[in-house]
Amino acid sequence: MKIVDLPADDLQVVNIGLESFAQDLRDQGVVVVQLDWRPPAGGNARMAALLASLEDDDDDEAS
Amino acid sequence: MSIKQANQEAIRRIEEGNAMWIDLRLACDVVPGMEDHTVLHAGPPVGWENMCGPMRGAVIGACMFEGWASTPEEAIALAASGTLRFDSSHHHRAIGPMSGIITPSMQVNVVRNERFGLDTFSTLYMGTGKVLRHGAYDETVMAKLRWMNHELAPLLKAALQHAGGIDIMALVAQAVQMGDEMHNRNKASNPLLITQLAPHLVAVGERAQVIEALKFIDNAGHFILNMVMAGCKGILDAASGIADSTIVTAIARNGYETGIRVSGTGDRWFTAPAPQIKGVFFPGYGPDDANPDMGDSAITETLGLGSLAMAGAPAVVQYVGGTPEFAIETTMNMFEITVAESKTLKMPNLNFRGTPLGIDIRKVVKTGITPVINTGISCKRAGVGQIGAGLTAVPIACFEKALEAFATARAV
Repeated sequence: MKIVDLPADDLQVVNIGLESFAQDLRDQGVVVVQLDWRPPAGGNARMAALLASLEDDDDDEAS
Repeated sequence: MSIKQANQEAIRRIEEGNAMWIDLRLACDVVPGMEDHTVLHAGPPVGWENMCGPMRGAVIGACMFEGWASTPEEAIALAASGTLRFDSSHHHRAIGPMSGIITPSMQVNVVRNERFGLDTFSTLYMGTGKVLRHGAYDETVMAKLRWMNHELAPLLKAALQHAGGIDIMALVAQAVQMGDEMHNRNKASNPLLITQLAPHLVAVGERAQVIEALKFIDNAGHFILNMVMAGCKGILDAASGIADSTIVTAIARNGYETGIRVSGTGDRWFTAPAPQIKGVFFPGYGPDDANPDMGDSAITETLGLGSLAMAGAPAVVQYVGGTPEFAIETTMNMFEITVAESKTLKMPNLNFRGTPLGIDIRKVVKTGITPVINTGISCKRAGVGQIGAGLTAVPIACFEKALEAFATARAV
């Protein structure tokens, strides 16, 4: 299927992140599943780096 | 030890802890470091210069109760002179809702975590409206404080001795299944407490005394809260000091700042300015009259009660605002920032799922979801008292600062 044909078909959308994008589509009658997602630490690079350094190890389950 | 193992150890200690209400004692006889002119307060440490209106009001009342001042003006002068020794109650194994003011001559509840041999102390709950903890100090407040200290407390002490103590967490477990979240809704737990106390009060007290005491505890509505708070603190303190744990062991507010403590960083506070509260106001008051968030009672949230257990207490929204759907949504969000579910505190309407337990600073920073707090609202002016109840959240900055400190300590 060509991408230009998509809107003519039975379009179903999963929207990740900003809900206003989903609402715009809903306003046009498109079925949208909204996935609540945001970048770790709200995009704060310093916090994201700290979090990465403090993640649980995979082998912790054995303990 | 890995962080995960350390957090599991923290949860193990929390789950093994208990809270027996065993005694009432004068603060000067039992609270560590309670010397003359000591004034303990809620939240992280704060000096008179930064104290909010209602906390200042409670200090004024406490100074008059102690006989350190005979008028509010004398009390203010005394506080400003530097004579009073202010400190956070948390530094003295003590705790109190709202301003949480404790001075040497006040009677305090003694609650014991028997498994870990930890005693914690709390003020006696005074009721709602015009009360000391919300900063009111007129003669009706002072008279009630004197009655509680000199008549109610000795009677309760005798009843507790007759009972051999009362298991507070057992009452909490029952009440959570009966629709209480144990912070702002105690419709089940307070009567359960009365049921436990009544035969022992009758056994040790005079008829008129007992009737007055039972009526007071019933009318106060949340009398059990202060024992629950001391119990939560004792249980969480036992989980403090595990070097690699990222679990929050205290959330407390003084009306100026909100602070948290984390197991791995011990007694250190991580603070941010106290937020405003969105709530339901008593007639005649509104948001412009409201003091920022205040009190040690968020120790209930720290243990998975309060807003964290809100799904099981939908009726609390009539007091703090919101809808039953919001209550469920709030608890579901709190599962996103906790590492475990309580084995003993179960919410029937979530198929007896355990309440969210063990707030992990990593999860809070990662998701941006911070613990919600169900709380009372004080008037920002000293001398008025409680003007409503509502909802707020712990500032994310507290958790970001804690994460920085934790990572730094772990890197050494």
